Amino acid sequence: MSGKLGTIVRIAGPVVTASGMLGAQMYELVMVGEEKLIGEIIRVEGERATIQVYEETSGLKPGGPVERTGKPLSVELGPGIIGQIYDGIQRPLPSARKLVGDFFRRGVAIPPLDREKKWKFTPKVKVGSWVTGGDILGEVPETPLVNHRIMVPPDVEGKVKRIADEGEYRVADEIAVVETPRGDVSLPMYQTWPVRRARPYKRKLPPTTPLITGQRIIDVFFPMAKGGQGSIPGGFGTGKTVMLHTIAQWADANVIVYVGCGERGNEMAEVLERFPKLQDPRSGRPLMERTVLIANTSNMPIAAREASIYTGITICEYFRDMGYDVALQADSTSRWAEALREISGRLEEMPGEEGYPAYLGSRLSEFYERAGRVEVLGSEPRVGSISVVGAVSPPGGDFSEPVTQNTLRIIKVFWGLDKTLAEKRHFPAINWLTSYSLYWENLEEWFRKNVSEEWPELRAKAMELLQREEELQEIVRLVGPDALSDAQRAILEGARMIREDFLMQSAYHPIDSYCSPEKSYHMLRVIIKFYERMKAAVDRGIPIKEIINLPVVEEIARMKLATIQEAVKVCTEIEKHIDEQFEKLYTTVRRVVA
Amino acid sequence: MSTLITGREYSTVREIAGPLLFVERTTGVAYGEVVKVTTPSGEERTGQVLEVGEGFAVVQVFEGTSGLDVSTTMVKFAGETLKFPVSMDIMGRIFDGSGKPVDGGPEVIPEDEWDIHGAPINPYARAYPSEFIQTGLSSIDGMNTLVRGQKLPLFSGSGLPHNMVAAQIARQAKVPGKEEEFAVVFAAMGITADEARFFREDFEKRGAMDKVVMFVNLADDPAIERLITPRLALTSAEYLAFQYDMHVLVILTDMTNYAEALREISAAREEVPGRRGYPGYMYTDLATIYERAGRIHGRKGSVTQMPILTMPHDDITHPVPDLTGYITEGQIYLERGLHMRGIYPPINVLPSLSRLMNEGIGKGKTREDHRQVADQLYYAYAEGRSLRELVAVIGEEALTERDRQYLDFADRYEREFVNQGPYEDRDIETTLDLGWKLLSSLPEGELKRIDPAYIKKYHPKYRGKPEAGKEA
Repeated sequence: MSGKLGTIVRIAGPVVTASGMLGAQMYELVMVGEEKLIGEIIRVEGERATIQVYEETSGLKPGGPVERTGKPLSVELGPGIIGQIYDGIQRPLPSARKLVGDFFRRGVAIPPLDREKKWKFTPKVKVGSWVTGGDILGEVPETPLVNHRIMVPPDVEGKVKRIADEGEYRVADEIAVVETPRGDVSLPMYQTWPVRRARPYKRKLPPTTPLITGQRIIDVFFPMAKGGQGSIPGGFGTGKTVMLHTIAQWADANVIVYVGCGERGNEMAEVLERFPKLQDPRSGRPLMERTVLIANTSNMPIAAREASIYTGITICEYFRDMGYDVALQADSTSRWAEALREISGRLEEMPGEEGYPAYLGSRLSEFYERAGRVEVLGSEPRVGSISVVGAVSPPGGDFSEPVTQNTLRIIKVFWGLDKTLAEKRHFPAINWLTSYSLYWENLEEWFRKNVSEEWPELRAKAMELLQREEELQEIVRLVGPDALSDAQRAILEGARMIREDFLMQSAYHPIDSYCSPEKSYHMLRVIIKFYERMKAAVDRGIPIKEIINLPVVEEIARMKLATIQEAVKVCTEIEKHIDEQFEKLYTTVRRVVA
Repeated sequence: MSTLITGREYSTVREIAGPLLFVERTTGVAYGEVVKVTTPSGEERTGQVLEVGEGFAVVQVFEGTSGLDVSTTMVKFAGETLKFPVSMDIMGRIFDGSGKPVDGGPEVIPEDEWDIHGAPINPYARAYPSEFIQTGLSSIDGMNTLVRGQKLPLFSGSGLPHNMVAAQIARQAKVPGKEEEFAVVFAAMGITADEARFFREDFEKRGAMDKVVMFVNLADDPAIERLITPRLALTSAEYLAFQYDMHVLVILTDMTNYAEALREISAAREEVPGRRGYPGYMYTDLATIYERAGRIHGRKGSVTQMPILTMPHDDITHPVPDLTGYITEGQIYLERGLHMRGIYPPINVLPSLSRLMNEGIGKGKTREDHRQVADQLYYAYAEGRSLRELVAVIGEEALTERDRQYLDFADRYEREFVNQGPYEDRDIETTLDLGWKLLSSLPEGELKRIDPAYIKKYHPKYRGKPEAGKEA
């Protein structure tokens, strides 16, 4: 198959048509022109094939060669992925810089995994043992945070004929030979896998564990599950990217894959600058030791942008297969959908809504469905998960547009960002009235057992307060704050505390940017306690003015700045102060009345 | 453009539609190639291949197609992509929208020829912008700080003084405490001759013209030319920044006119339109302009962009500001209401944003209290503005004492902090102290976003300045 030549007949932007392509397959990888630009076949008509080219096409001419490879677009999976930054089709950007300089040039061919670097391999199977797809042949300590399990590829099964001794090997070195009915298979340390095909697993499992993000509004109100699908839609400036960066920083996953898909170059520079300096809150190691970055910025070729989320999710699946919890952040799925639209337009396909192709919805669900918690392949039972969070950038912040709507049909967690909150600098600007998490029922049990039995009750009380605040705000808008009774003002005051002292969380503050579930629980407990004491006091005729001037209000406002270690102590202290100060209030007011 | 043309010449134009020529029986034409079009009257125009197939090519003509016919128009394919002759000598020069000198000076002798489409900076090579640029405008420096290598647009409306603001920034922008090579590259797309003259005179008046490169496409110049004007400007900027280590500020005005030219080409090609008739790929196209800003590890120079765009009908959700906001690192929002009340610069800080602010401010850069003061000012101003709306409905009587303080704060904030003269250059200390002065009109207990230690250190009440003490 490979090596056959076709001829370019037409070039329009990233779309090239070639003739003499009889026998070409859909999604086959091709090399276009003298410079061998990488492309992929996206339509076949008789002996003509339409190709999307992953690189800038200017300079290509009709009559130029198109070389077929006979293989689909694939990624290389093996030691060396962690800590790396790739473009949309898995070319390592640091090596590209070394090769062609600070500006990205086309026609760069670099293997995704370093062929020279040696890794310490420890075998886990013996000669003669029977292995099947997913079984662990050995381990490589890739970084202090990721123990890379070298697995038998999914389609290989047989008897181990040879296994490498403990020692240092390069990724392409043979580390095992498996005797199969088809003959002996030599296995190097890496595998390749086509990006558009989901890697197989045994079965899907329901999500039961939360993906703790360290963000109070998420973990308490709208929790994400390990293996869940979530989405953050929001207009520009509402904080999508900061939110995704924060999740990438703090999520309690083993491996993070961050896909910068058609977004800003400086944002990737920011991650590259900050992540090696930031510490994983659990191990104290630099976050880069568990992170993979895929960067296809907005000015890089759009076809590679289309491929980038598949590259990302395939890498996730590979680490999931090892039995790890993996989290992927895609910023932004709207830019990916736009790439789809542009290519569809060049193919002169009949457009659906707003010019997006009719298959937008099915492509989106195909992508999100690759998330999930699964029992992975292999003789020994292992469970792994992929949690996906995608940002959506709706034009004009209008959620009725096709990408947002098609996404909402699939995902289970919706964190709706709100421009009004962002303008008030209330961050994270997640609107608590419109957002939701359909995982709450599955996760409630976990929070009861692992944090506190009180958790669901406190959560319900807090959400009710916010709901009632909204109703009261309507009245204030119409007739002014004077029209409210003290009991109603107590609700407003309680809700304000939840908003400002609990939900607001600075992504850049050294302490506040991460909040453990335990700290969240204690903070919420303090606020609900204060509210309940306030309500009781107001019912007994104490003027609300006296209550909101209590010194403990100030303490509550600052409790989020307590470190994780001292938080429980600080919160218990505050609860004590609440009791004391309310008692004092009763006696002084009573004295005044008497 | 290049004077050496060795390409093939055709007289086989089949069709002319808007800015496009359909040429037949071509061979060996490359996608993206430069085209020289000779009109029946002998005039030469520049174009570019937009699509090519066996035996045909679609060419867009930058200077427009008026006067072209199908029988005598000659089309010559130059065999190379669009390039601009770069040199240090472009400093102080004025070019038209397609790069020809129009200041009466000689042709520029090129040191090199650079592809005007540039190449994307490898994200791995980017240095994260972190150097504070002082513009001397409190509403920008204090609230939405600009840093070197950022792209920060002015979102404006017709009739608002965005040109004055941009000229003031170009005049005053500096990194405090540093004397470095700087340059301003100015690209005008479809602005009036008056506006262009305003900028030119402003540069000349302060004797800075030798630090400026101007590319001017006026309102009556061909619209399609606007597609290359910003790219010529950015190519020049990259050359000065990355070959000569200069810090370049690029002003692009008006990006709305650029987007309209893009729409015109798209309509002529009968493409499926996206929102409001703009092409679906407008995001990507704008990104190839805006992303050409930044800093690179190991290189001294930088490209900072300040595009200006007028929002049709002051609508921030219009595709041009909307897509721009998704690409740029924030926006400075000029508001008609403030302008009407005589506030200059009429910057409403609430919808404004600088995404890179955090890296550029704080101890050692501006001042340790900067972030928190800005947050507190934001909060107080937002509170005051929302109370203004409330007052409009229920009257001022229904307000509490606290509410009235915030209402007054918002008024003073606009009059004293935002408002300043077009030649008033405030340093960052002045701006922050001004912020403190205004905040001191609120009860100290309201300053919840500021660390008590900073309150003790910077609040006028504690600073021991007698006049500030009295005010508090």
